[in-house]
Amino acid sequence: MKKKISEQLGFLVLTFSGIFVILILGVILFDVISKGIGVISWEFLTHPPREGMTKGGIFPALLGTFLVSVITVLFAVPLGMFAAIYLHEYARAGKLTRLIRLSIRNLSGVPSIVYGLFGVVIFVQTLNFGTSILSAGLTLGLLTLPWTVTACEEALKTVPKSYREGALALGATKWHSIRTNVLPYAIPGMLTGVILGLARAAGETAPILFTGAAFFLPHLPKSIFDQFMALPYHLYILATQHHAIDQVRPIAYGTALVLLALVFTLSLTAILVRYQYRKKMKG
Amino acid sequence: MIFFYKLRIIQLEIDAEIGEAVLEKKRDFTLAGVRSQRIKEFLIERFFFVNGLLATLILLGIFSLLFAKGYPALRELGWKSFLFSAHWNPTSYEIPRYGILSLINSTLMVTLGALAFAVPLGVACAAFISEAAPPRIREILKPAVEVLAAIPSVVIGFLGIVLVNPVISTVFGISHGLNALNGSILLAVMALPTIISLSEDALKAVPKTYKEASYALGANRWQTIVRVSIPSALSGIIASIMLGMGRAIGETMTVLMATGNARALTFNFLDPIQTMTATIAIELGEVPYNTTHYYALFIIGFVLFLMTFLVNLVSDIILQKYQEVDR
Repeated sequence: MKKKISEQLGFLVLTFSGIFVILILGVILFDVISKGIGVISWEFLTHPPREGMTKGGIFPALLGTFLVSVITVLFAVPLGMFAAIYLHEYARAGKLTRLIRLSIRNLSGVPSIVYGLFGVVIFVQTLNFGTSILSAGLTLGLLTLPWTVTACEEALKTVPKSYREGALALGATKWHSIRTNVLPYAIPGMLTGVILGLARAAGETAPILFTGAAFFLPHLPKSIFDQFMALPYHLYILATQHHAIDQVRPIAYGTALVLLALVFTLSLTAILVRYQYRKKMKG
Repeated sequence: MIFFYKLRIIQLEIDAEIGEAVLEKKRDFTLAGVRSQRIKEFLIERFFFVNGLLATLILLGIFSLLFAKGYPALRELGWKSFLFSAHWNPTSYEIPRYGILSLINSTLMVTLGALAFAVPLGVACAAFISEAAPPRIREILKPAVEVLAAIPSVVIGFLGIVLVNPVISTVFGISHGLNALNGSILLAVMALPTIISLSEDALKAVPKTYKEASYALGANRWQTIVRVSIPSALSGIIASIMLGMGRAIGETMTVLMATGNARALTFNFLDPIQTMTATIAIELGEVPYNTTHYYALFIIGFVLFLMTFLVNLVSDIILQKYQEVDR
């Protein structure tokens, strides 16, 4: 009898904790959506802030985040893909390979602010890119690199070994077999990982604090060597640094909602790509 | 007879195909051609090899760069003044002080506070998903955890200000709720997805026979979860907790926004605190490059890097071990 009661009590605790986690997410989404949705309008998305950011939209921040993401992708995707091809197709088991894998896992645990420090010294100072879209994009690229490598390798793993062997048996060289029989099938999987990495990079704030994000800019950036406004940084400013915090709170909620929507749309796209791809691989 | 005829046709077709392939690719089968092809393959492999090494190089680069940039401050002030002093006041007009003890203490406080919330909740939720949840609830819970993981830290920090802050200040009757407790709660939310999904993986990897043996001995489901499943998955669960901890130590935006940023040494969770990450975030934008203060921030970064590196390494070793045992 006692056993039975303790079992029921135990399962109650488990159920409660499961529901509690859903509840946390529910509260977060409800709060941001319910208070942010009223601010969202076409004007909010397409106009710059006005009157000390108490009115107007967030267009420069949206554009800045987009431009930085482009640099991030251009930098991180090829490097991540090449590294994954090495690890999965060429590397032999051994100490060096173990070291590389260990580095990748540890790199993904390095705090984002440390990437910021690294970016300041390497890109802003040493390479003299200044605080700019380029510096921030490259810093975020470094940050996403371990994720990109892992995602690309996962995609390569899904391609059956027989595809490679078939090509090799017909006399193709290793690179030829990878190029024609492996990569075409791995690309959709890689794309999924890349989009997920991008979703994370788009929401990162700490690495761009000192590498190029600006409080407020009266003009849109003209080149990749200009400073920029970014969506997450804009939210940080509106939430903590603004002189009239209560007045800008609705705009802060609107910005948070747009940021969430952006990140979720990217994640959803990735999931859809993965789904389509799995269906194709099966059929 | 017809059979041989067909075979001949097939053979001709194959010959034609190979011939076409050779013509199309213009592959050179002379000795020199094969050699140049070999060289090309070798170069391609080297190219990918260099890219593969990149991760290791970047990790080493970050390590050495943080140290090199922090070293001038270390030489000027001595490492004792960093580690054994709790006064961080680099902008003081009289004597600038660079003690990072209070900053480390703050970081550890919010991290442990976060784990105090996230570990029981996360492990229980993982056990619920893998052992107890009806399929329909599992279908909701698993994506919910993924969505939670995708929320940017700056949004969590914002909610710390607008949601958690008033709750704390009313419950404890204090003027504002931007303190270590707030930071702990937010970091718990951020560490939860890591702990849940990795603990769930560990629980799922427990062989079914273990549970069946437990049932056969007359144990009920609850006893099986507590005394068989969780202990067998313990190494994986601990690894997940370490990873969650690493994430909490290195998190910047949430603590920067929600902990009040006061530099005093305190052990009270209702006091405002300033973590190591927040200190870098606040001050790096204000200091002139290549001053003692600037170098000192890199010392903080270096210590931060070492802390997360250690935590991740330990979790990695645990994970590797337990994967080996499983296979």
